Amino acid sequence: MSKINITIDNRKIEVEAGSTILEAAKNIGVEIPTLCHMNLHDLNVENKPAGCRVCVVEVEGRKNLAPSCATKVNEGMVIRTNNMRVINSRRTVMEFILSDHPKDCLVCAKNGVCDLQNMAAQLGVREIPNQEIYSMSEYRLDTSPSIIRNMDKCIMCRKCETMCNEVQTVGALYATGRGFDAVVSTPFHMDLVDTNCTYCGQCVAVCPTAALTEVDHTRAVIRAINDKSKTVVVQTAPAVRAALGEEFGLEAGHLVTGQMVAGLRQLGFDHIFDTDFAADVTIMEEGTELLDRLGKHLAGDKDVKLPILTSCCPGWVNFFETQFPDMLDIPSTARSPQQIFGSIAKTYFAEQLKIKREDMIVVSVMPCVAKKYEAQRDEFKTDGNPDVDISITTRELAQLMKQANLDIKTLPEEEFDQPMGESTGAGVIFGTTGGVIEAATRTAYELYTKKTLENVEFKQLRGMEGIRSATVDFDGFDLKIGIAHGLGNARQLLNDIRDGKSDFHAIEVMACPGGCIGGGGQPYHHGDSSILKKRAAALYTEDERKVKRKSHTNPAVIKVYEDFLGAPMSHKAHQLLHTNYFDKQQEGPEIVKGDDCTSCN
Amino acid sequence: MAIVCEKDQLQEQHLLKIKEICNTFNKDHSELINILHGCQGYFGYLPAEVQEAIALEIDMPVSKVFGVVTFYSFFTMKPKGEFPISVCTGTACYVRGADKLVDEFQRELGIDVGQTTEDGKFSISTLRCVGACGLAPVVMVGDKTYGHVSPKMVKKILKEYKTK
Repeated sequence: MSKINITIDNRKIEVEAGSTILEAAKNIGVEIPTLCHMNLHDLNVENKPAGCRVCVVEVEGRKNLAPSCATKVNEGMVIRTNNMRVINSRRTVMEFILSDHPKDCLVCAKNGVCDLQNMAAQLGVREIPNQEIYSMSEYRLDTSPSIIRNMDKCIMCRKCETMCNEVQTVGALYATGRGFDAVVSTPFHMDLVDTNCTYCGQCVAVCPTAALTEVDHTRAVIRAINDKSKTVVVQTAPAVRAALGEEFGLEAGHLVTGQMVAGLRQLGFDHIFDTDFAADVTIMEEGTELLDRLGKHLAGDKDVKLPILTSCCPGWVNFFETQFPDMLDIPSTARSPQQIFGSIAKTYFAEQLKIKREDMIVVSVMPCVAKKYEAQRDEFKTDGNPDVDISITTRELAQLMKQANLDIKTLPEEEFDQPMGESTGAGVIFGTTGGVIEAATRTAYELYTKKTLENVEFKQLRGMEGIRSATVDFDGFDLKIGIAHGLGNARQLLNDIRDGKSDFHAIEVMACPGGCIGGGGQPYHHGDSSILKKRAAALYTEDERKVKRKSHTNPAVIKVYEDFLGAPMSHKAHQLLHTNYFDKQQEGPEIVKGDDCTSCN
Repeated sequence: MAIVCEKDQLQEQHLLKIKEICNTFNKDHSELINILHGCQGYFGYLPAEVQEAIALEIDMPVSKVFGVVTFYSFFTMKPKGEFPISVCTGTACYVRGADKLVDEFQRELGIDVGQTTEDGKFSISTLRCVGACGLAPVVMVGDKTYGHVSPKMVKKILKEYKTK
């Protein structure tokens, strides 16, 4: 790329041609404030509708101010980012945005983590003039099992729209209306539950305000813990330990596994268990299913469905149920670790405690908002009693701990309880893209080749590329593996399968970019995608520290099969650990035959 | 004129028409506005069912189709009345009291701008300049133009059509 010369705030600099003013300024340490702009470099996603106008700068020779996020530099350009005209304009723009924004910051779900609030503070807004001449727009509150839409707080940055359409290709959200009535909304302003929303929560992850938030279950958890008649069991997903620290000011990627366990014990949970245990069980089922399909395929069975697709991710399950209902027989039928945990807890573990399932409450801590929806699916209930009663996000756990004056930084490191706190390194890496298939490969390799796998690290399966492929040598047989994270990438692989162009044996799909570490329930990354890489690295570190790193070597897993389940894919295992998928495609418009229509005839 | 029947259900021939319009523009996403114009020209308005059918036909999320329909004031999701009333609110008409005409039509008919009376006879919309500023303020009912309209004349104009 060629270089050009420009001047920013009296500093002459050389920048790459084609950069925006915003990028050029960043190079010399000038951070121009932005609100609607978002650049997730590692995911190749950029949102720059140039709508908020907070990033305006003065360009010599140009009449109006220029939005720096969407204006490219020219040779000899002279730019001022901080003169009186710019500063006043920015503040005016902010005042306009705030004039149509609720002022309930003190009790808002995003209090303290709101980009709008921070920007108002940064720009020194001290009053919102002319409020009385503008009428506030009003939009009904839309509540779904996972996500709450409070569009009165929408500032039309359209980040959610970018995530929903460009990254996830779900298309549930799009900008509607204009002027004061403009909000990002669903088709025909339907409730989210009536759309093809997958509850992946990527919209929540990037929303700068509380327009999109998760359904908050923290009160329900406190009530459960304080109910003396209930035994309250908690499980924590792998990705939580790699991100929880961020909520307490620790750097991204700082593992807080032991401190998190201590915190949960302090909160008063009766049994502190690990979803990683259930992840190991998932591998037993999914790995066995893979080998079963592979065996049939190699024996010449033409009907066997390959590739097998992973099914741990509820956002992904919702996606193929709504968008690919013709392919419901391809994914593994194994339930997700959250649900496998709940199922085993309310049968096997409840039996050990000699209590009824109704007297046990299973709480899950997840990096995910789709897990809230998954937990209340009818398939995962017995006589109306759910296997997982309450699912909260990493953010909600941090909130609970803060309410109980627990600081992750000062808590001691403690161990998970037994038996369902026992896990291997394979279970830990479930939390990052490529981790599930790596864990499955470790186990499938040994079961298939009957040989011991010496080097358990399959580096070729790791990374942040949206779609990856690798071949693993299974003692002479080449196992072809595909990996996709982000539903748009998954769509590409699914289209290939549908068109008969896929030669993979197994594919791992995670709905969220980066996998669970980038889940919609994680601490807000505020557009810094390098945080995801640090969280992933933390999980690989935890895997390295584990003595046992293959799911089938987990002693607690071996015992649950010996004492209770029998073998993987046994009748009992099928009943408790597998599921069915349903066609949830959105119906198109209703078409009536000419003579059926009463009002026309 | 509203072709889609009362329940907004599409009939097969309607679907064929939508497909035909989409094909005219090669199902090109950048031609969405023209496709919507075409469909509104045929149906008279763009109910949810028509938008869903367009979305399906050109393989675009229906949320996006809806977003575009709600952005442009020309598009309407409600059928216009048999006698659509358009009050010009261009500069010349406005300074000569077009806003009072809008108020009067709204009061007389009991509907707001953008709405249609229950009997389906009248709808009110505003438009910007019909090129007859010398006659300001101007009101159009269907294709007929009325000039120098005063609030007092509103009742008389409506009477002409009420009996039709």
